[in-house]
Amino acid sequence: MISTRLSQLTRFVRGRVARAIVRVAACAGLALASAAACAETYQVVVEDPYLEMRTGPGRGYPVFHVAERGERVELIRRRTDWFQVRVPRGDVGWVPLEQLRRTLGLDGEPFDVPAYELADYTERRWEVGALYGDFGGANVISVYGAFGMTPNLSLELWLSQALGRFSDSKIVSLDIVHELFPDKRFSPYIGLGAGVVKTDPKATLVATTDRSDTAAHAGAGLRAYLTRRFVFRAEYKSYVVFTSRDDNEEIREWKAGFSFFF
Amino acid sequence: MESRLLVLLLTAVAAASLTGCGRHRAIETADADRPPVIEPELERRQIDPADIDTEDFEVGVFAGQLSVEDFGVSTVVGARFAYHITEAFFVEAAGGKSDTEPTSFERLSGAAQLLTESEREYSYYNVSIGYNLLPGESFIGRNRAFNSSLYLIGGVGNTRFAGDDRFTLNFGMGLRLLPLDWLAVHADVRDHLFDLDILGHEKTTHNLEAHVGVTFFF
Repeated sequence: MISTRLSQLTRFVRGRVARAIVRVAACAGLALASAAACAETYQVVVEDPYLEMRTGPGRGYPVFHVAERGERVELIRRRTDWFQVRVPRGDVGWVPLEQLRRTLGLDGEPFDVPAYELADYTERRWEVGALYGDFGGANVISVYGAFGMTPNLSLELWLSQALGRFSDSKIVSLDIVHELFPDKRFSPYIGLGAGVVKTDPKATLVATTDRSDTAAHAGAGLRAYLTRRFVFRAEYKSYVVFTSRDDNEEIREWKAGFSFFF
Repeated sequence: MESRLLVLLLTAVAAASLTGCGRHRAIETADADRPPVIEPELERRQIDPADIDTEDFEVGVFAGQLSVEDFGVSTVVGARFAYHITEAFFVEAAGGKSDTEPTSFERLSGAAQLLTESEREYSYYNVSIGYNLLPGESFIGRNRAFNSSLYLIGGVGNTRFAGDDRFTLNFGMGLRLLPLDWLAVHADVRDHLFDLDILGHEKTTHNLEAHVGVTFFF
């Protein structure tokens, strides 16, 4: 299971890298013609009375060309929910996904592109995100990467930086997170983790030293699937920092942010 | 002249074989030799619609000027990475680096130095959300129009300056011009706000940055 997920990731990365290389080659003026001739495209036939083509991928760009019913258009690239299309005469413009859904593929089937939706979110393997919040009174910025081992269980690697009045901390932790209803739009989760907290007191304070302590934490949170590949996430974590002093330090952390999955 | 043409041709052929073009052609000719057993009524579609090149990521570099409150104006260079969520919203992670100048006090007093050389270095990173406020076309001259978008952007991040990390808010606006469908030119103005306490009392500083950059969509 893990190997198939890894191979999916490598395919994702390889596809993007290969396309970037082709583009850089084209950019340098090398093999411009061959790259264009080489590009494989997908064609659809216009079913609506007409297909409006805009100059850019957004509602704000003007319509400059209209493809007629029965005309065959070629799909070149996609940006968010817009597709760049080319008509046989050579004009190139952008069309929104909802209009393309009313065209037919060459096999006669309605054009349907897998727009990211809730089902894809449920089956996600990799997720990355950034959150902002409060870590025991300090501002905290976190980034994380998560790998879904099963629909319920995932492994997360967190890197955080807490910026306080008197000290800054860097926190690295590895979490295991259990999602209660992974197939729902709103999905609560609980998690456990352990890591290292490196504390660096402010330079303007005197007679302080940097210290590095191990820490463990437990937490709970909520994921809410928003749109496409986008997820809102809010969580609470309670840390116990195992200091070299007599008492362990307890820190509460609240944060919220966004993540996207692939 | 001829040899230069030859080199150009060879490069094109090499690039074509690298991108897999040659392989496809070879298969096509092999298929063309054999007559089809049954003439297909439907044309086969060339690729899966899911394989259409999706370009929601943007990566690039920028350079400009950064004014650090009390510490002069210096050149800033950096890199940015963005993901376009919808046609309106995008998220961006950026980082930059600059040097700062001595304060007027340090210059006038002659000997007094507030910061060491390494503490004068200014670096930052941030994570921001942007909103494409005014998408449209911008005309340069009478006949040339570029797709463009004016965006608002703001977020949180960290600034390392004067020996400490400082929590930083940033907000600003930018102009994105697209000379090509996959190439964008940016012009941005950003305010970075953080608290600084090295000049006697703690105060919130406004550090204005103006930069231009180039990004690629992929």
